[in-house]
Amino acid sequence: MKTFGGKVLFLDRSDINTDEIIPAKYLTEISKEALKPHMLEDLKIEGFDPCDPGLHEARVIVTKANFGCGSSREHAPWVFEINDINVVIASSFARIFRQNMFNCGMLAIELPEEAIDRLFKHKGTNANASLSVDFNNNRIAIESDKGSESFAYSLSAFDKALVEAGGWVEFADSKY
Amino acid sequence: MAMTLSEKIFASHLRDEPFPGTKVLSLDVVLCHEITTPIAVNDLVARGKDRVFDPSKIKVVIDHVTPAKDTKTALQGKILRDWSRRQGIRDFFDIGRNGVCHALFPEQGFIRPGYTVIMGDSHTCTHGAFGAFAAGVGTTDLEVGILKGVCAFREPKTIRVNVMGTAPEGVFAKDIILRIIKELTVKGATDCVVEFHGDVVRGLSMEGRMTLCNMAIEAGGTSGVCMPDEVTVDYLWPFIAADYRDKKAALADFRKWWSDEGCEYVKALDIDVSNLAPQVTYGYKPDEVKDAAELAGTAVDQVYIGSCTNGRLEDLRVAASYLKGRKIADTVRGIVSPATPKVFRDADEEGIIRIFMDAGFCVTNPTCGACLGMSNGVLAPGEVCASTTNRNFNGRMGKGGMVHLMSPATAAVTALEGSIADPRKFAKGGR
Repeated sequence: MKTFGGKVLFLDRSDINTDEIIPAKYLTEISKEALKPHMLEDLKIEGFDPCDPGLHEARVIVTKANFGCGSSREHAPWVFEINDINVVIASSFARIFRQNMFNCGMLAIELPEEAIDRLFKHKGTNANASLSVDFNNNRIAIESDKGSESFAYSLSAFDKALVEAGGWVEFADSKY
Repeated sequence: MAMTLSEKIFASHLRDEPFPGTKVLSLDVVLCHEITTPIAVNDLVARGKDRVFDPSKIKVVIDHVTPAKDTKTALQGKILRDWSRRQGIRDFFDIGRNGVCHALFPEQGFIRPGYTVIMGDSHTCTHGAFGAFAAGVGTTDLEVGILKGVCAFREPKTIRVNVMGTAPEGVFAKDIILRIIKELTVKGATDCVVEFHGDVVRGLSMEGRMTLCNMAIEAGGTSGVCMPDEVTVDYLWPFIAADYRDKKAALADFRKWWSDEGCEYVKALDIDVSNLAPQVTYGYKPDEVKDAAELAGTAVDQVYIGSCTNGRLEDLRVAASYLKGRKIADTVRGIVSPATPKVFRDADEEGIIRIFMDAGFCVTNPTCGACLGMSNGVLAPGEVCASTTNRNFNGRMGKGGMVHLMSPATAAVTALEGSIADPRKFAKGGR
C-alpha cells in the first residue's frame, strides 16, 4: 500500500481539468518519470506558480468541485504519484480521474463542501498545513498554525480494496 | 422491472459484483490508440503478462500524432504496431488507413447496439450513438480490459434529454449539444449516462448523433446514448446484412435495448431548438456558451474544422456549402482534417476538398491534429482559434491560446469573416 499524508497544496478552484494537471504535449512520454517537472503546468489560478519549488514538498492536494474533469489520461494521477502526492481531497471528482486514482492504489477522498471550506481555513500564507490519513478508520486530520481538526470520510468497499491491493491490475489479475 | 438502455446492457454483461454496487462487465470491444495504450502494453510486458483476452475484440489505431512528428511519437506508434502483430490483432489501422478513432471505428462497423466498449480516451462516449454503453477509461482500466476483457463500473444513473422542435437553418447537432452542456454544466452529468431523445434526435443522421454523444463527457457524463433505430440499421447494414433476414428483423432486435416506458431517470431536461441560435463557447469551460451573435466580431487567427466531434463527411459538406466560391479572410489560417480516409475520399469525390483548398484552407491527413495541441496546428500565446472540436480548456491547443468551440457552419463563416460570425447571416456560397 502507498503512504498517504504530509504537506498540503491547496488549489482554490473548481473544475480543474486534466489538461491543466498535465498538458497533452507531454503525453508523448512513455515513462512516469518524464512527467515529473510538468505537474500543474497550465493550471489557471491567480498567483499560482507551477515553478514554485515548494510545490514538490506537497504530499496532499485539497481542492474544490469536479476535480480532474476532461480527458481520461492517467498521466494526471501519475504526475501526482511521481511527485509523491498520493491523496487528493475534493468536494467532487470527475468519474474517470477518480477511478484512475484508485486504479493506481491512490486516494481520491470526497468530503462535503462545508468540510472542504473548513480545510481551506488552514490555507496560510506560509503553506504550512499538514494532513494525515488514518486509512483503517476512514479519518483525515489537518494541522496548521490555525489549529487542528479531523474529519471522517467514506470509501466504498471496492475503492478500499483497490488501495489495499495496490491497484486494479493486481486486484483483477488475482480474481478474473 | 422497467430498465434504461444502460441498465439492460449492465444486466446482460454482468460478470461479477465483487462488492455491492461495483459491477464488473464483460467487454465486447476494447479500442486502443497510441497515446494511452503503449504504457499499458509495456506494463503487461514488465509483469510477464504480454497477452490479450481476445485479439478479434481489440481494435487499434494510430491517430493522435500521425505521421509521427519526432522520435517519441514514432516510438509510441512502434510499440502499438509491434504489439498488434505479436498478438495477432488484425484490426490495426496504421498510416494510410488510419483516422480519428471515434470516427474510424464506427465507420468500420465495430460498434453495435447493446455493446460494452471501453477505450483509453474520454470521447469514447461517442459510440453510445449506436445504443452501446461506451465509456472512456484510464490506462489501468484499459490494461485490465486488454488482458481480461472486463471493466468495473459503479452503475451510472441516467439523465433523459428530450430535444424537441425544429432546428432552424444554420443550427446543427453541435449547437444543440453546446446548449445542453450549458444547461447541465460541466459536472451535471457526472456518473450518469445521458440519453438523447425526441424528434430532433430521431431526425439526425448517425454523424449528428455521434456529435451529440461525443460531448456527453463535457457535462461529466459516462456515456451519451441514442436509441438504435432505422437510421442505425441503415448505417450498420453493410456489416450486419448476413446476420438478419431483413432490416425489419434487425430493427426488432435492436429495439430490445431501448429504455423501457416507466424506467427511472435521475433528471429530465427538455430542450426546444426551434428558437435556438448558433452556439459558441467563450471561456475555458465547455459550459460557457453564448449565442454566436453575442460574440460576433471577436477576431480569430486560426479556424480548425475536424476532430471526433465534427470531422465527418456531413460536417465537411456543411462547411463547404458556405465556403464554396469564397475566400477566407487573409488574417486567418484555415485548417481542415477529414476524420478518416473514407471521409477524405468521399469529400474529394464530391468536390469538397477542392472547395476548401480554393477557399484557402490547408487540408491535412486524417488525424486528431490541432484539437489537443500535441501535433500540428498549435497556437502561439495570445492567439485565438475558432474550432469544431470539443474542448476549450486553457492551453488546450497551445499554451496561452484561446479556443472557441462551434459548429462547422459557424467555423466556416468565421473563417470567411476573420472574426466570429453567425451563419444565419450568410447566404450559402455557390459560384
